[in-house]
Amino acid sequence: MSTLKPTLDPDDHLRGPLSAPIQLVEFGDYECPYCGQAHRTIAALRAALGDRLCFAFRHFPLVGAHPHAELAAQAAEAAGAQGKFWDMHDLLYGDQRALSLPHLERHARALGLDMERFADDLRSHRHLGKIRAHVHSGAISGVGGTPTFFINGRRHDGAHDFDSLLAALTMDPTERLQAHG
Amino acid sequence: MEAPDFTLKATPDQTVSLSDFRGRPVVLAFYPADWSPVCGDQMSVYNQILDEFRTHDAQLLAISTDGVWCHLAFARDRRLGFPLLADFEPKGAVGRTYGAYDDREGVCERALFVIDGDGRIAWSYLSPSGVNPGADGILAALERLRPGEPPQTRPRQQHETHP
Repeated sequence: MSTLKPTLDPDDHLRGPLSAPIQLVEFGDYECPYCGQAHRTIAALRAALGDRLCFAFRHFPLVGAHPHAELAAQAAEAAGAQGKFWDMHDLLYGDQRALSLPHLERHARALGLDMERFADDLRSHRHLGKIRAHVHSGAISGVGGTPTFFINGRRHDGAHDFDSLLAALTMDPTERLQAHG
Repeated sequence: MEAPDFTLKATPDQTVSLSDFRGRPVVLAFYPADWSPVCGDQMSVYNQILDEFRTHDAQLLAISTDGVWCHLAFARDRRLGFPLLADFEPKGAVGRTYGAYDDREGVCERALFVIDGDGRIAWSYLSPSGVNPGADGILAALERLRPGEPPQTRPRQQHETHP
């Protein structure tokens, strides 16, 4: 059985309280259209579950298939360094065709970021180490594609639509244990 | 158990044999087909984490029943940095030898094997249909092949300062 390693901690990108009873972790790629669909599904799940859900995002850019994914991940981290990770995250998934450098800079300007610092972070690949640490986490946790979800630390092998994810997220923990064998 | 040796085409004019890699661990990843309809597929994931295999000096070999020209186009499209072997003629013969062939569908199953430097199968895994196996089991098996060596540690990401 594949489990999340390392477990969530306050340094992760979190939406919702870390102490929430339900933890959903996504390993995702900004250029992957399936992750784009998942982004909309997760917004609906967060609306449905409120503070019962803690959602976390870790990067898993598939650079061979998606030439813009790693730079986009760096842009999200560069925005995160200025306190705007989720704002940039939403903008990136808002238009997945707009992931080249001029688009990323336009997003950064729209968020009111310090542009010099943002550009310097991208140029110097300041956040690449963090992204690689996420990829390593995905590798040892059993990420098999993007997106890959972990629910309360266990890989979710079911479907990614709203109903399937909601059912998996709200399943009684003992049932979840049995379902996973 | 001794891993059955095989020789398969990796490109139209190159072949690869399992025994070529004696002395190093080999990861065999049988999979059903190139061009699977999901973009974030198993092979792209393995490509993304090739460094993790290199840490163990392990060679990844992926095997499906697709022909060499198909493999070539797929590897170029996804910019894959490891060989895709064609279990094409006779179809699925190597997959059958490893018990990793689905007769009904006529393709290899998603099956993983870790073979040690002496050519013995150290670990294997058959994934349930429809589930992309990650590399967690592979990496744990490679880790176990190096008894006495501490697990590869990576520097933990430093805290960012949020102004």
